[in-house]
Amino acid sequence: MTPKRILYRIIQIITVLFGISFMTFLLMYIAPGNPAQSILLASGIMPTEEKVQNLMDLLGLNAPFMTQYIGWLENVLHGNLGVSYSLNKPVADLLLVRLWPTLRLTLFSMVLMVMISVPLGMLSAVYKDSWIDNLIRGYTFLGVSVPNFWVGLLIMLVFSVNLGILPVICSGGDFISMIGPSMTLAFAMSAKYTRQVRTVVLEELNQDYVVGARARGIKEWRILWCNVFPNSLLPLITMFGISVGSLLGGTAVVEVIFSYPGLGNLAVSAITSNDYNLIQGYVLWTALIYMMINLLVDISYNFIDPRMRLKR
Amino acid sequence: MTKQNFFLKYRTFTIFGCLAVLIIFAAIFAPLVTGGVDPTSGSIVEAMLPPGGEHIFGTDKMGRDIFTRVIYGARTSLTATFAVVVIVFMIGTAIGVVSGYFGGIIDAIFMRIADTMLAFPGLVLALAVAGVLGTSIRNAVLAVALVTWPKYARLARSLVLKIRDSDFVAAAVVTGSKTSHIIWKYMLPNALPTLIVTAATDIGSMMLELASLSFLGFGAVAPTPEWGLMLNEGRDYMQSVPWLMIFPGAAIFVTVVVFNMLGDSLRDILDPRSSEV
Repeated sequence: MTPKRILYRIIQIITVLFGISFMTFLLMYIAPGNPAQSILLASGIMPTEEKVQNLMDLLGLNAPFMTQYIGWLENVLHGNLGVSYSLNKPVADLLLVRLWPTLRLTLFSMVLMVMISVPLGMLSAVYKDSWIDNLIRGYTFLGVSVPNFWVGLLIMLVFSVNLGILPVICSGGDFISMIGPSMTLAFAMSAKYTRQVRTVVLEELNQDYVVGARARGIKEWRILWCNVFPNSLLPLITMFGISVGSLLGGTAVVEVIFSYPGLGNLAVSAITSNDYNLIQGYVLWTALIYMMINLLVDISYNFIDPRMRLKR
Repeated sequence: MTKQNFFLKYRTFTIFGCLAVLIIFAAIFAPLVTGGVDPTSGSIVEAMLPPGGEHIFGTDKMGRDIFTRVIYGARTSLTATFAVVVIVFMIGTAIGVVSGYFGGIIDAIFMRIADTMLAFPGLVLALAVAGVLGTSIRNAVLAVALVTWPKYARLARSLVLKIRDSDFVAAAVVTGSKTSHIIWKYMLPNALPTLIVTAATDIGSMMLELASLSFLGFGAVAPTPEWGLMLNEGRDYMQSVPWLMIFPGAAIFVTVVVFNMLGDSLRDILDPRSSEV
């Protein structure tokens, strides 16, 4: 990644953010739900036609689409994501409070995922077609087929309800409350990732240099960790970046199950109450997190693969 | 090769094909399987009965038979999933083939939209779309379709690009074939096998996405029997009535396993190269 390439990527991220915000804004414009009505209902006022119209004027919801969008965009560029209809607080503040718990949960799940996937994937590749391989492949198959919310519920049933080790409601946001949700996320993610590790390592094991190293009598574990693993790192890191996407989607479901105080949980309640500003903010932030992680992944190639530094 | 040999040769495909057909039949003939019990009504006297006896999977808080609801749930789940698959397959293929073949401005517009969608975690957007459009299974289908079509469009486009400049296409153009003829007879048949394999392997994950939406309350509406929704309803009674969440979850799991295995074995048959590693 040359600086020029990084700049290009940042421009791309900005374009995607524009595209996403436009699409979600358009969607909410044509959607049947009416935030004004929800606000009135939430505050216990009978939503008559007149009151709804007055409130819509006040919120600027009666303006033409482009006026609304440009107005919103102008605010966003000034760092103002608007006010949440349902919670009556600035969206930026609400999101900021929830950002760190979700980020922490995501990072912790990713660490768990790597800790499970890399050893399993490599074992599976090295002992291809043996019983170990079959066992691990069985595990990965189980992992991709089982709904993650069911896993979450089962983990809760066993560890929180029956054994009483973990809290049932993880609203504290401390370390112990992260264990249940991250186990759930890591289980599903590690299944996919283990498969990818296996494929990549198998491909690398078939390379000529491995045969050469073996012929020279270099120990198998040395070839594996000093040659094969570093060489497989590049595709693995790319796939890692991509899998963050499904992880971020998965957090919403898992946070709801465990009542974890993260972005996803906030988003689900925002969607239920037609809180358009909050939904917009959530979608934008998640997109930003995802793309920033992938940008960092791309930049990290420079440090991992010397060839990338030379390609200028 | 006779038909029988084919089924014997690809044993995994045959076994899971039969199981899939069994599930589909259970869904279609749900009233026969469950003996005509209404999945949406129960008697409150029989609420939360444990599995066994007359109700082999027990009953829920409204006294509805869970076995019946699980079987009828297959209807909801399978219909919705197949709807998503058909929609994204048709729209994705159409857009991809047209973009790939004609190129130019159409291609640029569609592919920029597709790239924007692909550069973004799908479930997050699906959640927002399904929620904003209003809670219903139809809107959940639309939401999942909206975030999935770019994958198919991209794939179809790349497959078309691969053959667009081949000699046989050039020959067809020179000999005066109509554009529609070239698209239908050359482009589409070349792209279809890969697209079908992709669709078949995606059935499982789409089913899971739809169930997650229902679970979060942005899909099926009560009292519709739907597995994700049933899990959500059973969540509150986890401690005292665990069978409320065991059976619907197991139903999703088994169905997804069957369709995943079927998809994988179909890929092995149609596209042996991709499964070599």
